[in-house]
Amino acid sequence: MKHGRYPFIIGFLIVPVAIYGTFVVAAYLQAFQLSFTNWRGFSPDVQYIGFDNFTKLFHDNTFWKAIQHHALLLVFMPLVTIGLALFFAFLLNVGGGSRGGRTTGVWGSKFYRVVFFFPQLLALALVAVIFARVYSPDESGLINGLLHQFGSGPVLFLADKNLALWSIMAVLIWQAVGFYVVLFSAGMGSIPTEIYEAAALDGATRGTLFFKVTLPLLWNTLQVAWVYLGIAAFDAFALVNVMSVDRGGPDGATTVLGLEIFRNMQDYAQFGYASAMGVVLFFLTLTFAALTLRVTRRETVEL
Amino acid sequence: MTNLRTDVSVPPPGTVGYPGRRHAASATGEKKEIKLFSGFAHVALAIWGLLVIAPLIWVILASFKSNTEIFTHAPFSLPSKLSFETYKTAWTEAHIGRYFMNSVFVVALSTAGTMIFGSMAAYVLARYKFIGNRAIYYLFVSGLAFPVFMAIVPLFLILQNLGLLNTYTGLILVYIAYSLPFTVFFMTAFFKTLPNHVAEAAIVDGASHTRLFFQVMLPMAKSGLVSITIFNVVGQWNQYLLPVAIMQGQGADQKWVLTQGIANISVSAGYQANWAALFAALTLSILPMIIVYAFFQRQIQSGLTAGATK
Repeated sequence: MKHGRYPFIIGFLIVPVAIYGTFVVAAYLQAFQLSFTNWRGFSPDVQYIGFDNFTKLFHDNTFWKAIQHHALLLVFMPLVTIGLALFFAFLLNVGGGSRGGRTTGVWGSKFYRVVFFFPQLLALALVAVIFARVYSPDESGLINGLLHQFGSGPVLFLADKNLALWSIMAVLIWQAVGFYVVLFSAGMGSIPTEIYEAAALDGATRGTLFFKVTLPLLWNTLQVAWVYLGIAAFDAFALVNVMSVDRGGPDGATTVLGLEIFRNMQDYAQFGYASAMGVVLFFLTLTFAALTLRVTRRETVEL
Repeated sequence: MTNLRTDVSVPPPGTVGYPGRRHAASATGEKKEIKLFSGFAHVALAIWGLLVIAPLIWVILASFKSNTEIFTHAPFSLPSKLSFETYKTAWTEAHIGRYFMNSVFVVALSTAGTMIFGSMAAYVLARYKFIGNRAIYYLFVSGLAFPVFMAIVPLFLILQNLGLLNTYTGLILVYIAYSLPFTVFFMTAFFKTLPNHVAEAAIVDGASHTRLFFQVMLPMAKSGLVSITIFNVVGQWNQYLLPVAIMQGQGADQKWVLTQGIANISVSAGYQANWAALFAALTLSILPMIIVYAFFQRQIQSGLTAGATK
């Protein structure tokens, strides 16, 4: 059976490795290379300019605005999403009180889970189109239409500089919560009910149950959730590109790195500069993930 | 795979019929507290459920209204008459039908390709020892750490050089390439868990390596394959950045996928927009998702959360 082993291994690996190498590995390597050039796609010979792109980035206002927006997204989006998801998952799993000595979920918890999860299935681009209409500044919008019914003036969700980013963040949260409810529910489901029973017998309240039992036992899942949401906070391209006033506006109030990379590539053909931004984005994402895993590391409770 | 249910069927011995003294004493008060809490839980859950459903219902209602009705009537008012005129416009003038079919075509081929090539690579990496095995594995898995935005400029140039810009071939190959890291990562772990004795028995029976893979190992890996297929279908169907970067140039709008097409209607619509037609287009792209979800919600939920629970 040794016979034909290597031809088989090579035969199975050659196509996937070739596709992956051409479109992924080569692309990432070139991104590093391009970030040190001022290439604009016309001349055949590429000029290396050292760290010039990065120095330029450092003095680029739009870039810093984008970084600020990522920072805001990075703090509030995971916080609110995880908070809501934990709350709902807890209600779904132990909200029904104890029956025959064991805690149960509320009635209809399966239905809630199914409904909550659905937005996760919709493309972000599609969600963006829906909410661009929901937020519409005139009476054709869902929210302003309702406000109009009550005689309230229109709120300019996406055209108001102070409101635009928060409105977009709300959509990200709207879409994400269901996913984490399901994720946390699965985690809570694997916590043995005896633990809850024992704690309840000792007179633990629901609050104590949540903070002293559920939370520590879910720590690993929470960590994963935080990393996932953080990575999503470095994206937000689809929403900003579709929803925001003149792409990243008003006046740059919603722009994100993804959008700036895209704009520099498509509109200005600044391939080198766009790649430099990509490299910065990569290091930001990596630093965030490493930091999160390091800071939140603690003894996992083994069951 | 994690079990999504919360019930543990039989309480372990020792817990039944052993109510603590405190427990029994405050039984009535506790019942009241439970009822109150459960009521509160329902209110909170129902509010979020409403927040999730309301925009979708609003979209569907508005798709039957006329443009003036959308502006002058209350958001959740019923349309004055049931007319499918807007759907006709969305289908023919906004080309939703074409974009939809383009998406089906691209995702069918790219998911099939991802699953075939991904599980081939994963299988070899999981079950054969050879020089460079680890190196190739980590090469694939490291792809998970990089943001796609970083690759988007070089990717554009690579496709341009290969003459694959604005072609389905290019888009499909790129979808496959960017789905491989997770597919290989997940399936390698899965193939490692499969028992050895079945493979050994097949080899004793004289099966070749290739036959062993297709006729023995793949069928055994079915549950993993189903999860990752769902994961890839949903991910590729919802992809927006890659098609926007790749499907551009002359005649590109004929080849757009659904996400791109709908986003474009919305962005380019401006002030004299036919919002009703946009709502019809949205409804047409949401409804299939609702139908598919209604049938396969368990599989979809576990497929999409597979990445986070592994």
